[in-house]
Amino acid sequence: MKRFITRNAPGYIFLSPWLLGFFLLALGPILASLYLSFTRYDMVSDPRFVGFDNYVYMFTRDRRFWKALDVTFTYVALAVPARLIMALCVAMLLDKGLRTIGLYRAIFYLPSLLGSSIAIAILWRQLFAADGVVNQALAVFGIQGMAWITNPDTSLYTLVVLAMWQFGSPMLIFLAGLRGIPRDLYEAAEIDGTPKWRQFTRITLPLLAPVIFFNLVLQTIEAFKTFSSAFIISNGTGAPADSLLFFTVYLFNEAFKFFRMGYASALAWVLLIIIAAFTAVAFLTSKYWVHYENERD
Amino acid sequence: MLYPLFWLLASSFKPENEIFGSLTLWPSSLQLDNYTKGWTALPMSFTTFYINSAIVTVLSVIGNLISCSFAAYAFARLQFTGRSFFFALMMMTLMIPYHVVLIPQYVQFLKLGWVDTYLPLVVPRFLASEAFFIFLMVQFFRQLPRELDEAAMIDGCSPFKIYWAIILPLSLPAMGTAAIFSLIWTWEDFLAPLIYLNDIKNYTVPLALRLFLDQEGQSSYGQMFAMSVLSLVPVVIFFLLFQKLIVRGIATSGMK
Repeated sequence: MKRFITRNAPGYIFLSPWLLGFFLLALGPILASLYLSFTRYDMVSDPRFVGFDNYVYMFTRDRRFWKALDVTFTYVALAVPARLIMALCVAMLLDKGLRTIGLYRAIFYLPSLLGSSIAIAILWRQLFAADGVVNQALAVFGIQGMAWITNPDTSLYTLVVLAMWQFGSPMLIFLAGLRGIPRDLYEAAEIDGTPKWRQFTRITLPLLAPVIFFNLVLQTIEAFKTFSSAFIISNGTGAPADSLLFFTVYLFNEAFKFFRMGYASALAWVLLIIIAAFTAVAFLTSKYWVHYENERD
Repeated sequence: MLYPLFWLLASSFKPENEIFGSLTLWPSSLQLDNYTKGWTALPMSFTTFYINSAIVTVLSVIGNLISCSFAAYAFARLQFTGRSFFFALMMMTLMIPYHVVLIPQYVQFLKLGWVDTYLPLVVPRFLASEAFFIFLMVQFFRQLPRELDEAAMIDGCSPFKIYWAIILPLSLPAMGTAAIFSLIWTWEDFLAPLIYLNDIKNYTVPLALRLFLDQEGQSSYGQMFAMSVLSLVPVVIFFLLFQKLIVRGIATSGMK
């Protein structure tokens, strides 16, 4: 017994801050939020257990819930591929020209680092405003712009453009992946006279698949959690006409504006399940389309 | 790529009537009015907001470095029963969206009387709440040669001595990467301060910037842009100074 303690004590002492945090800030709150999701709770009176009411209401009668899902899924479906394609294209360009790569890498990465800041969200509102820079640029070509931000048909796309602008971190990961592809494969293909496009589909893409997979999962999870930019650009409400009602914005308003903590907890659990389901599907299907180096032969 | 940033910078030096209606970046006359007026345009001056942000950021960085490196050292270098079980749990927390724990945490911190203080923003950092940094450090610690620990152990070093005198000094790149990202993310963080800080005198810089939007009627775009530029300055400076470290940190660990 004494040996057991002396052997394990150092590990647990070093782990203690994390252990405390895990129980108090992760596990405890997760279970509490699961419980709250079955209650009505306004923070004034005690939580009242209502069974599946929150979930039933959410799925059958809450039109804003479906709207929020629609907005979020549309955003994820557009922003993630757009960002990854940008990232891959730029990474391939940088991979070719080696000389000034450090400078360009930095320039392409900077927007991503600033991306989640409020200043950039404020800037974006002005760029796509009726009298904003985008419309002035279009006017140069004789195109009449519109109020992109306040038009519910286009407001979501301004956020997709913002996401595209911030392709820096997947780009760096692609770049690291591209460096790992042996040059002699391309040289052999060159000698065989394989056209560039086929080199891309036959060599680059398959060998990059694990990195693409990694980026896809990471970026999708990030995209589901988008909050600050949507919150600022929509004035905290999801306006215009709920076109920027991201899931997280809806959740925030339910919880901290209307104090429907039980319902907001149910929303949080739906978000958790969506992300978990997405991750699970990605990992389960990955063996069909991701082939790792060591299992090729 | 950088045009939007240059536009923001240029607009912050322009008189109000030149900000819109022209694509050219160069203002007709360079003026600092936006900065001097913007600094004090809100009920509190930006001096307060910067001090607040600095307090929260510095404490968060310190908390992250201490608690995450502790956990990472345990996971990467120490033997104990249940290690792989807890490691798996830690990895799972990486995936859980903050929004799930948000509401119970808020209720908890409210009951503790912590709302409208910096405790909800800072204390979790001392409890290794950012699993990402643990993961980053574990990856790094694992690469260090085992022989170092073994030799030190034979010489009678305690695990703490090994952590402090051997692992930490050899891990400066990993610690640096974690420190910089921790600093930048805390500086930019909006959601947690939005929820926990009520009184304007406690506001951090991002919350203060949002106040400009509420006053939009009085259209002080120039001032808002000037303060936006200033809010980005610390991040840009750190980026320029530690660019290599940041880039390497991303490519090896795949952050954000």
